[in-house]
Amino acid sequence: MPRYAMVIDQSRCIGCMACVVACKRENDVPPENYRTRVLEIVQGTYPTLTTEMRSELCNHCDNAPCVSICPTGASHHEEDGTVQIDRKKCVGCKACITSCPYNVRYINEEHGYADKCSFCQHRLREGKKPACVATCVGGSRIFGDLDDPESEVSKILRRVGHRVLKKEVGTGPNIYYINQYPKRA
Amino acid sequence: MAFSRRNFLKYAAMSAGGAVLADTPFISAEARAKAEGGNVKYVPTSCEMCFWKCGAVAKVVDGKVVKLEGNPFHPQSRGKLCARGQAGIGQLYDEDRLKHPMILDGPRGEGKYRKASWDEALTLVAEKMKAIAEKHGPEAIAMMSHGSPGDYFTNVLKAMGSRNIAFPSFAQCKGIRDVAWELTFGHKPGSSCERVDMENSRVIVLLGTHLGENMHNSQNQEFAEAVSRGAKIICVDPRYSTAASKSAFWLPIKPGTDTALLLAWINIVISEELYDKEYVEKYTVGFDEVKEAVAEYTPEWAAQETELPMRQIVEAVRELCRYAPNVVVHPGRHYSWYGNDTQRARAVAILNALLGTWGRKGGMWLPPKAKFASFNDGNPAYPEASKPPVIKGNFPFAGGEGVTQALRDTTINGKPYPIKAWLVAGTNLMKSLPDQRLTREAIDSLDFFVAIDLFPTETVMLADVILPECTYLERHDGLFKIKTREAGVAIRQPAVEPMYETKPAWWIGSELCKKLGLKEYAVKGDGMDAWEDRMRRQAEAWGVDFEQLSKHTGYVTIPDSEKPYITEDNQPVFGTFSEKIELYSEELEGEGFDPVPQYEPVEQPPKNMFRLIYGRSPVHTFSRTINTQWLWELHKENEVWLNKKEAERLGIKNGQYVVLENQDGIRCNRIKVKATERIRQDCVYMVHGFGHNAPRLSRANKSGADDQQLISKYIEDPITGGTGMRVNFVKIIKEA
Repeated sequence: MPRYAMVIDQSRCIGCMACVVACKRENDVPPENYRTRVLEIVQGTYPTLTTEMRSELCNHCDNAPCVSICPTGASHHEEDGTVQIDRKKCVGCKACITSCPYNVRYINEEHGYADKCSFCQHRLREGKKPACVATCVGGSRIFGDLDDPESEVSKILRRVGHRVLKKEVGTGPNIYYINQYPKRA
Repeated sequence: MAFSRRNFLKYAAMSAGGAVLADTPFISAEARAKAEGGNVKYVPTSCEMCFWKCGAVAKVVDGKVVKLEGNPFHPQSRGKLCARGQAGIGQLYDEDRLKHPMILDGPRGEGKYRKASWDEALTLVAEKMKAIAEKHGPEAIAMMSHGSPGDYFTNVLKAMGSRNIAFPSFAQCKGIRDVAWELTFGHKPGSSCERVDMENSRVIVLLGTHLGENMHNSQNQEFAEAVSRGAKIICVDPRYSTAASKSAFWLPIKPGTDTALLLAWINIVISEELYDKEYVEKYTVGFDEVKEAVAEYTPEWAAQETELPMRQIVEAVRELCRYAPNVVVHPGRHYSWYGNDTQRARAVAILNALLGTWGRKGGMWLPPKAKFASFNDGNPAYPEASKPPVIKGNFPFAGGEGVTQALRDTTINGKPYPIKAWLVAGTNLMKSLPDQRLTREAIDSLDFFVAIDLFPTETVMLADVILPECTYLERHDGLFKIKTREAGVAIRQPAVEPMYETKPAWWIGSELCKKLGLKEYAVKGDGMDAWEDRMRRQAEAWGVDFEQLSKHTGYVTIPDSEKPYITEDNQPVFGTFSEKIELYSEELEGEGFDPVPQYEPVEQPPKNMFRLIYGRSPVHTFSRTINTQWLWELHKENEVWLNKKEAERLGIKNGQYVVLENQDGIRCNRIKVKATERIRQDCVYMVHGFGHNAPRLSRANKSGADDQQLISKYIEDPITGGTGMRVNFVKIIKEA
């Protein structure tokens, strides 16, 4: 069984938002809601500035608070390690939204269920990468199977220093952030 | 459509490996649809959410476009689409589209129209055009356009005997640069894309080029690749742009002093003997003259002029030279800044020449080698223009795309002859030309104005007759010659039938020819298949398999056309008089201009005013995508970037709405302040294209503020006619 993860090379992100729109279309995300976003975080004072381009989405955590808090079992882990929502079971109580430390869930107002990034589960079944990854103009988003030592994500994480968001909350995220890969020899 | 396991296996068996997450290779649109089964269709086509012409593949289910993806075979998209490309469906299904022909029913500008049939509208247009041509001569009919529809109406005007055809892409954008590079290298730096070999560059200089915000798909892919591979970026920009945030050297230059920096760099390159001696000897003329002309531009002087630290100026150029020739100074695109812009572009070209980047890995690749047979489908030659066109104004080097404001001036003053009718196709002139007062005055002085467009923009809603074009997802265009590293041919074809009563521009132009009694210039045949048939004939003439293009890959390569680098048997050809790179331009000298660029200071803002600079958003193209649902959602209104210290000094908070007032007392709509460290203290910045004054654009209308409204002043570049538009100063009015 695969164990899916995404590696985000922040050096390659140019903030073009192609991922954001691809996701909206692919997943019929309602107006004003997003399953992924790109933050441009600038620090310093003129003219000494640094920037972090940070793509954020559901971290598909190993120890997901949304799963443990969900009263109906709608939010659950699948065998491939991803966190998914069973829409039929979701009652829209918003417990998962408040428990998520990454603020990446929304309520689909039309249907009343909670929603968020699914790693484009339907595309994975077709053998395709998630829509955001497929269209990432900078090639910043890299997707694959951590259980396959030959997958690109496994190779990168073996070779390159990486971090996760809010490691301290202990959720075990599966979105890994790196800077510059591969480095020029 | 549900994707069954059975279908997947069928498709997986067809693809090479079929491994999960090998990412299903796109081998053929038809094969993919067959594998998925059901009522799904994949249509390879070309995007037109901007002008980059990426290859796209439209997924159509039950007659509806549900997804657009990048065509992996197409070199401009390489399997990816940007935000705008992804959002093309939003344009197709936008309720605000023009739906049927309309005829003005009231005074111009009040927006009252009555619905008309195509026959009535086209008959009226033809009658008016004929009457004007009879009374004033065909040259009294002018056209302005942008993008694909231009070709079809250019055909109409030329057939009538008018050559008064102009595109804002020249004088309001890249024409200046193209002329400067033609004067230097005898070639433009690339038309559909700049020939920058960024994926192999070690150092990239971006001077007023905002990659990341300027979303030219394949170029940004290469830029990201270069950054990731450790290429050093030198970014010259008064604003800390996305590209600046990726740079090793951000040079926050004083606006208007770029030529000072470039000339000092040229001086350093020459005086420190860092240039490519062999290359300069072999391929260039005029080195000694350049050496002499730039001697006065010392780093000390440049530091003072540009307000950059001298050390930074020197270190950046030494770093550039260290890796030459695998480096590039990007030629840039939108070039109409200060009215002396040809010389800045010349300085960029000269610097590239001295570093030997033209034809070198990581520099500028050589144009692909491919000859396309000429194809005019048996149309007769155009009649000679009855009078010389006015589209070059008094600018000796104005190019073939024409100078829009020269057309506008002639329309207003009637000199040397009257211009009484405009056809405007696919360009929102009120927002693309500087000084809207003059554009409005010109339109008001017209006897007849016809607009061909997709949306009821502010310009369209001033027309006498409005002809609704269908979107790129509903029509044939092309075939397109694509010239990147290799030459190739791409197709645009409809994913769905045109909605409402909209029509393809080729059909509108062709029917207009017939109504004008110019049938011999119309497309052969009468049906909606006529253009597709013509495309087949064109493909045949070019030796390209039309079936392959239309059903399978959407793009075909011209074999053996890729010869990017200089080798012994692949020598560059320079189309200049000397057949060499002309560092010193006798052509310019002959017309009384500086043969080597010299520095001219520009006017500085008065106290308490800021220079207005403008740029782009990665999710919008000019003013034409603001109404598109997902793009509007992402970027609804623009902000004015104001240096934090200045904001504090003026008592303005981040996020507060203000109004800007320019030197002519013109005020814009209210606009939100972005108080930021990312911009110098002497200028403010906003993204171009917002602040529509078009009530029928339900989302875009009044969203943000219109920079073009504040650009009431412009300075024409005397060499090319490019309109310098960064010469306006604004003060901030706190009470919005």
